[in-house]
Amino acid sequence: MATGLREFLDIVGLSIGVSLTATTVGAAISLPIGTALAIFPFRGRRLLVVLINAFFGLPPVVVGLVLYLILSRSGPLGSLSLLFTPTAMVIAQTVLAVPIITALVHRASERAWARYGDELICDGASRIQAIPQILHIIRAELLTAVLAGFGRTISEVGAVILVGGNIRGLTRTMTTTIALQTSQGDLSLALALGAVLVGISISVSATVFALAGRARTAGSDEV
Amino acid sequence: MKFRSILALAAAIVAIESSPAAEQSIVLASTTSVEASGLLANILPRFTAKTGITVNVVAQGTGKALDTARRDDADLLLVHDPEAEKQFMDEGHGAARRQIAWNDFIIVGPSADPAHVRGGNDSVAALKAIASAQAAFVSRGDKSGTNAAELRLWKIAGQTPDALKEKWYRDIGGGMGQALNAASAMDAYTLSDRGTWLSFNNKGSLVIAVEGDSRLINRYDVIELSPQKHPGVKLATAKVFADWLVSTDGQQAIGAYQVSGKKLFNPSAAFPK
Repeated sequence: MATGLREFLDIVGLSIGVSLTATTVGAAISLPIGTALAIFPFRGRRLLVVLINAFFGLPPVVVGLVLYLILSRSGPLGSLSLLFTPTAMVIAQTVLAVPIITALVHRASERAWARYGDELICDGASRIQAIPQILHIIRAELLTAVLAGFGRTISEVGAVILVGGNIRGLTRTMTTTIALQTSQGDLSLALALGAVLVGISISVSATVFALAGRARTAGSDEV
Repeated sequence: MKFRSILALAAAIVAIESSPAAEQSIVLASTTSVEASGLLANILPRFTAKTGITVNVVAQGTGKALDTARRDDADLLLVHDPEAEKQFMDEGHGAARRQIAWNDFIIVGPSADPAHVRGGNDSVAALKAIASAQAAFVSRGDKSGTNAAELRLWKIAGQTPDALKEKWYRDIGGGMGQALNAASAMDAYTLSDRGTWLSFNNKGSLVIAVEGDSRLINRYDVIELSPQKHPGVKLATAKVFADWLVSTDGQQAIGAYQVSGKKLFNPSAAFPK
C-alpha cells in the first residue's frame, strides 16, 4: 500500500512536472513572439496570426505521431534517443502549449500596443526595447495565457501516450494511467485518479478565471 | 521574480527527469497482455533487484511492438504471434527467439449466450455459430497477437467477416482490456487471452464460452534483436533480461504469478509448446 501511494504521488508529480516544464518552455518561446507579432509590422503578419490561432485546435494525437516519427531512432532526431522519455513528453506538450500562449499574448499585446505604443516610441524606446515594457503592461493577461497553456498540457493524453509510451515508473502520467486502468477494467481506480485530474484542472481554470477577472477590473480602472 | 522561480523549478525538474538515463535500462516492447495481466509488474522488481537493470515496458500489442523494434525504438521484444514473429525473423531483424511461457485463448461471451456456444471446446464451430446467429462479436482489430489468432480462426472457419458490412462484427481497434470493456458493454463475444481475462475487473455478464481447444494455445516468445540490423540498441543489457526470463529463477517467477489463486502463465522455456 505504501509503495502504491508512492507510485501514485510519483505519477501526479510527473504529470505536473512535465506539464509545468512544457508550459515554462512554451512561455519562454511564446511571450516574446506574441508581443513582437503585435509590435513589428511585416508582410504576412496577418496570415501568421491566423495560423497561430488555428493551431489552438491542434489534435494532440497528431502532434504525438509526428514527434514519434521525428524522435524515433530511425527518424531525423533519432541519435538523441529521446523517444519514450519524459523529455519527449515535454517537447510534445510544448508544441501544444505554444500556439495557445502565443495567441493570447498577441491579443493582449495588440491592445496594449494600440494604447501605449506611441508613448513608448516617443520616450525613445526602440521596438525591441518596447517588448519587455509591453509584457510588463499586460502581466495580468500573461498569467492567464500561461495557465491556459498549462490546462491544455496537463489534460491531454494523445501525445504523451505516443511519445512517452506509458512506461511504469518513467513516463506514466495521470492521463495515461487512467487510460490503462480503464483498459484493465479497474473503473473505480480510473475514476479516482480522474477526480484528482479534474481537481487540478478545475483549480487551474479557477485561478485563470479569478486572475482574468482582476485583470479586467484593473484595465477598466485605467480607462 | 515569480517567473524566475518557476524557471528554476522547471530546470530542477528537467535535471531530475534526465538522471535515470545514467542507470542501466532497456526498453521492452511487449504485447499488452503481459502488462495488463500484471505479470511484468510482478516479476520485474525481482529481476531489477538482482541485476540493477531497469526494464521500461512499452505495451503495444504484438504487431506494433514488432514495428517499434523494426524502427530501432526497442531493445527487446516480448510477443505472442508465431506467424508475425517468423516474418520478423525471416526479415533478419531478430537474432534469437525463445519461448518463455504459454497459456491459452478463450472465447468469452454474454451469459445469455445468444449463439448457444457455451460449454463447447471447438473454437471454430463456435465462431461459425456466432456468425450464423449474427450475435455481436468484438474484434481487437489492432494487429495484436490475439487479433492475429482470431483472424486465423475465422480463416479456418471459412469466414471473413467484414466490419463495414456486417453490423454484428465490431472492430474496435483497441487493446485486450478495451475489447473486454466493449464486449461487456455490448453483450458481445470476443477472443481473449486467459491472463488478461483473469485479471480483468469489469466482466459484467461475460463468462467463458469456449475453452480447451488445441488451436487456442497462446505462446509467448522473447526476441533478441540482430546486431547487424540494429547496432544502436542495447543488445547486451537486453540479453541479460532475455536470459533471465528463460533461467530457472525467471521461469519460477513467471510460474508463481497468480491472480485470485489462479496461475496465469505456464513457464515453458525448457519444454516449448
